Amino acid sequence: MKAFAQLIKKIDSTNKTNVKVDALTQYFQEASPKDKVWTIAILSHRRPPRPVNTTLLRTWATELANIPLWLFEESYHIVGDLAETIALVIPASEDSTEKSLTQFLEEMIALKKKTEEEKREYLHENWTNLNYYERFVFTKLITGSFRIGVSQKLMTRALAKATGIDIDVLAYKLMGNWDPKKISFQELILEENAADYLSKPYPFYLAYAIEDKPEDLGDVNNWYAEHKWDGIRSQVIIRNEELFVWSRGEELVTDKYPEFEAFVSALPNGTVLDGEILPYKKNTIGTFNDLQTRIGRKNITKAQLKKTPVILKAYDILEWDGKDIRDMAFAERRKLLEKLYAEVKTEELPLHLSETIEFSNWEEAAVERERSREVMSEGLMLKRKDSPYLVGRKKGDWWKWKVDPLTIDAVLTYAMRGHGRRSNLFTDYTFGLWDDDKEELVTFAKAYSGLTDAEFRSLDAWIKKNTLERFGPVRSVTPHHVFEIAFEGIALSKRHKSGVATRFPRMLRWRKDKKIEDANTLEDLKQLIPKPEKGE
Amino acid sequence: MTGKEWCETFVINNVKFSLHPAGHIIGSSQIRVEHKGEVWVFTGDYKTEDDGIAVPYEPVKCHTFITESTFGLPAFKWRPQAEVFTDINNWWAENKAEGKTSIIFGYSLGKAQRLLRYLDTDIGKIYTHGAIENMTEVIRPLTSMPVTTRVTRDTKKEDFIGNIVVAPPSAHGSTWIRKMVPYVTASASGWMTFRGARRRRAIDKGFVLSDHCDWQGLLESVKATGAEKIISTHGYTDIFTRFLLEQGYDARTEATQYEGELGEENKKEESEEN
Repeated sequence: MKAFAQLIKKIDSTNKTNVKVDALTQYFQEASPKDKVWTIAILSHRRPPRPVNTTLLRTWATELANIPLWLFEESYHIVGDLAETIALVIPASEDSTEKSLTQFLEEMIALKKKTEEEKREYLHENWTNLNYYERFVFTKLITGSFRIGVSQKLMTRALAKATGIDIDVLAYKLMGNWDPKKISFQELILEENAADYLSKPYPFYLAYAIEDKPEDLGDVNNWYAEHKWDGIRSQVIIRNEELFVWSRGEELVTDKYPEFEAFVSALPNGTVLDGEILPYKKNTIGTFNDLQTRIGRKNITKAQLKKTPVILKAYDILEWDGKDIRDMAFAERRKLLEKLYAEVKTEELPLHLSETIEFSNWEEAAVERERSREVMSEGLMLKRKDSPYLVGRKKGDWWKWKVDPLTIDAVLTYAMRGHGRRSNLFTDYTFGLWDDDKEELVTFAKAYSGLTDAEFRSLDAWIKKNTLERFGPVRSVTPHHVFEIAFEGIALSKRHKSGVATRFPRMLRWRKDKKIEDANTLEDLKQLIPKPEKGE
Repeated sequence: MTGKEWCETFVINNVKFSLHPAGHIIGSSQIRVEHKGEVWVFTGDYKTEDDGIAVPYEPVKCHTFITESTFGLPAFKWRPQAEVFTDINNWWAENKAEGKTSIIFGYSLGKAQRLLRYLDTDIGKIYTHGAIENMTEVIRPLTSMPVTTRVTRDTKKEDFIGNIVVAPPSAHGSTWIRKMVPYVTASASGWMTFRGARRRRAIDKGFVLSDHCDWQGLLESVKATGAEKIISTHGYTDIFTRFLLEQGYDARTEATQYEGELGEENKKEESEEN
């Protein structure tokens, strides 16, 4: 645990990714195999279940700090992190522990079944004896959320450096449901496994947003356009009678999309498709909001499958007949893809083709782009016909030409302190729109971004002086400020009080020129909901 | 303008005034006011630890104590400055070993001189930002300060490697520090208690070093004055006052003019960034 706490301290002492990776690499070279497995588990969000609930944690920490509970709560709101607050308010200790990370985690697993009094004793003992960083890490492990500025990807990078194993192979090895209690470092990481390579995706080619006007791209005949689908970018791999689905975040998500198992029999081995996972029901593409019910769940229930079925909208083919064909011209790859699609398509197969569109001039393209919301797309993609499939975000051959965001003027109604980096400022805002009678403001969206640091500071100061009521970390404020809120998508939603869900809401402008009476109504917002066409 | 000695009493309109050391920065004072046997003390900014530069804070007995409460939360707990400076010097030595320049940010008046005094010149040379060097020139005759070198246009890129640069917080992210690449940044401030405060500023390392009182310091000061009425200004006044009320004090908060109209907490944070 000493070494792990030191690692966290090192990571905490730098703002530079390379230094973090180096610290992790060194840790992975020196730690015991079992501690390494636990470290990987923790940093990939596989922690043992929380042995003590946070109410008890707060109460017990308060006892040890010898302060009233309300004072602990106030401190927590300002610090913004429970484990950090606990580590700060308890009297300091310079002691250190000799117990390993593995021992601590085993104790925490065993703790879950113990009596409340035993739990209290265990926590008090450790809080008293550990130094600041060990105490912070210890409490973080208990509370569960371990976000400390190290992503799974960064951790994988360090592990690759420490072991010499290919980073994509490691990413694959770390997928799925392995149990840190049972697996060894040898089994998890070091053992060669043929399947590791079978699953390997190609790096995604990412488009840049068009800078000015599409005319700058030259002759329209050199370009294919497609609609830009609003789903999850993914690669579907069929090799050796097995299916692998990778998301753009280089996450293996095969288990989340069981409907794609049908591809194993439909598509030939040695096929890799690039496309978008979209919700699709009753011949209509759904919204990203629909898809959200499928993301972030490890186990998909039958009910969810039935409620929100998905398809792959394929737009490219990267491997054919077991061969990497990324160097082939896009137009050629498309021919292969379209031929394949024609051969395999059926009513049931969740595979659709993202149609390419050709224009005789850019004005026609602009007209098509205006239609995007009707066909449930975010705009157009422009791809040069003779372009190879490149790696990462490269300028030149692929461009995204999104439709302008939707906007509405709303009133700031609530503010909350930010978390982590922004815990000292009120930066998380709630916005309301007028109801029909223009008497009440109905909450419709939350937004955290789009203002400059100076604007955030000045608004923060205004909030502190114009607070109506406090609800823990949340404050209601005098309705006074109007903001133009931009968002990418909009859909009806039962989960939202306003009955409407917006996608990527953010503050476009602080409309100091507007009074709250000038803000829009909920009805204005609903008018923006597109009436989707029936597709395919 | 006339100078006054510490504890020297002077009378204005039948009210007795005297100034007492506040230990915040060199020359900072508390004001004691007495009228018809009733004594009030106004602290201004103060700290209880002797930093070896400012005349140390002395508690002054009074009936009403007006105290700042910038860090009036139990999360704030200072370590003795000797320990913090050991950490700072170790950090500098580590950066030097890696061939990097250390840049530490601190407010030009007060924090900068406190840093300068305790930096270990056996490790390397100390460079200063112009704003800090100007201030230090004024303070140099009053206390002992190490040799420092002003960063000028003529300072060469190679000169910085392995050495330390003391700069005001505003220099962070400016073109001025580009010449010092490769560098590692740190801030020395009470706000560095919070991991979030350091990340918010995109600074590598935070050292918890303040010229204000921590939670215990505030409580001990309140106690030492023997005052029954406590008025908190500045900082977490609401929280500090509520706690004092529960402890049986007659406590309240008061807004001060110098908190300004905008950015109470942030302005405070910036000025205390030192």
